[in-house]
Amino acid sequence: MTEIFISKPARPAPVNTQGFVPWLKANLFASLPNAVLSVLLLSLLAWAAVNVLRWGVVNAVTATDPDLCQAARGVGACWGVVNEKARLMLMGRFPQAEHWRAELAMLLLLGLVVASCSRYFWKLWLPLLWVVVLTAFFTLMSGGVLGLGKVSTDQWGGLPLTIMLTVISMTLAFPIAVAVALGRHSNMPAIKSVCVVYVELVRGVPLISVLFMASFMFPLFMPVGKSPDVLVRVVVGITLFAAAYMAEIIRGGLQSLSKGQTEAAASLGLGYWQTQIKIVLPQALGTVVPSIMNNFIALFKDTSLVTIVSLYELTGALSLAVGADPNWRPFKIEAYLFITAIYFVCCFSMSRYSLWIEKRLAVGKGR
Amino acid sequence: MSDSIINFDKVNKWYGNNFHVLRDIDLQVAQGERLVICGPSGSGKSTLIRCINALETYQEGTLTVAGSVVGDDIKVVDSIRRQVGMVFQQFNLFPHLTVLENLTLSPTWVAGMPKKEAVERAMQQLERVRIAEQAQKYPLQLSGGQQQRVAIARALCLTPKIMLFDEPTSALDPEMIKEVLDVMIGLAEGGMTMLCVTHEMGFAKAVANRVIFMDQGQIVEENNPEDFFNHPKTDRSKDFLSKILGH
Repeated sequence: MTEIFISKPARPAPVNTQGFVPWLKANLFASLPNAVLSVLLLSLLAWAAVNVLRWGVVNAVTATDPDLCQAARGVGACWGVVNEKARLMLMGRFPQAEHWRAELAMLLLLGLVVASCSRYFWKLWLPLLWVVVLTAFFTLMSGGVLGLGKVSTDQWGGLPLTIMLTVISMTLAFPIAVAVALGRHSNMPAIKSVCVVYVELVRGVPLISVLFMASFMFPLFMPVGKSPDVLVRVVVGITLFAAAYMAEIIRGGLQSLSKGQTEAAASLGLGYWQTQIKIVLPQALGTVVPSIMNNFIALFKDTSLVTIVSLYELTGALSLAVGADPNWRPFKIEAYLFITAIYFVCCFSMSRYSLWIEKRLAVGKGR
Repeated sequence: MSDSIINFDKVNKWYGNNFHVLRDIDLQVAQGERLVICGPSGSGKSTLIRCINALETYQEGTLTVAGSVVGDDIKVVDSIRRQVGMVFQQFNLFPHLTVLENLTLSPTWVAGMPKKEAVERAMQQLERVRIAEQAQKYPLQLSGGQQQRVAIARALCLTPKIMLFDEPTSALDPEMIKEVLDVMIGLAEGGMTMLCVTHEMGFAKAVANRVIFMDQGQIVEENNPEDFFNHPKTDRSKDFLSKILGH
């Protein structure tokens, strides 16, 4: 007679590993050396926190008075400098009376970026929205029409400039990067070598020298007065620079795909472009989202290098605002902390967004 | 032979300059025939069937499929690929698309079929491989056997005249081989022209009209399954059979 197989019921684990106390025991006080180290580090942390609080809050001066700040120097922070100079730091050399235009333009652009991140807006009219908002941005910033006073591009500055440089360069660099990655991954020798040369050339030089060439060298090769605006040259420089790095990231994604995927697509009759668009790129880009976002974050901070070609974006505007004023010059650290916070908020949101995308992709693949 | 749907005429292929992977292949397949191709690994059996839908190119000879010569002409290759379905050892489903999207992709994009019709037809094919209830899942949520059945359904969505199977059960858990073979047997009973690279000898005995045994890029023996398994013509096939059936 055959026996009937009955599976044993599942039991809970013998030792409770959930909750706060078991967690502490497992992670901080697992052994004597561990416990000693934990206590040591925790007290160090507490000491640092107390000092930061004392400097930044308890003894801090919030009044916009350089004399009071001078008196508190060394024991307390001087947040007055932020109060006094925030506008200059955020807007750079943009004419004071027209600040509202830069603010509005920046808000529009930020709104567009945030909207583009949400699934709800992934519609066919989104590119149209981009055209509209970008047109509005540049109209507001440069003026010269609709009764707005003209503001030349060398007066643009601060956060609007930083954000504009990042958004435009990223948006333009991305399709170039995809094309270069596909070219480098293709079997056609001519296209392949052009892409290889481009990537290796750009990767071989620092961004600062690309900007330098775009700003100072390029006009020398052009007929007098025919050279495009410095801002355009700088954007093109950053774009080409970022695209080379991004292309290599995307190429990594292309290589991670098994050959079977393209073979299956070919056996189903899909052509080269159909295969790339429907099969290869969605998967390749999906795997490199963290690296691309990493690249975006680096690019966002790299825009501070445009200062060397006399475009005063956020970091440059800070030196302009605080460095040029002898009353406030001693309190540069507080000003730097202020823009650090701005950079951090932007970079942190980008990194959270990247995590969200990763999670969504993981759900899509059913892992 | 004018009534053959696939005709290899002295086909030769090399990988690089030195690896002669197909040597003077002559093979005719008639409409509705079911061939099983077997042989040791590296004998060129996968390469042989991959030439039929131009996943591999050959250097000498002529290969005619459904009346057109397989060559460099992209239009011809496209038209042949629409008439030839292929199933791979590793399934090669598209993991970022649902099962249903895997099936409708080619009909809508390649054949320009309206979405609604493509979905209807895809569901019919999923019914046929008995997996319709999984249509909205992603491939990696399915078992290996289910994935391979989806792959068969996907290949059938363009209503091909010929189906190529490249070791369809070799990557499967033993418990799942039968469900895939059952689908293939059903297909054979429907009159499909099939070329299967497989070592499932039970399947070969049950459905094949002919067994092709290859070694070192050559067709060593071409025989009906009955005679191939019981009275192999060459010592090489005898040796091969003793190794795969001997345990």
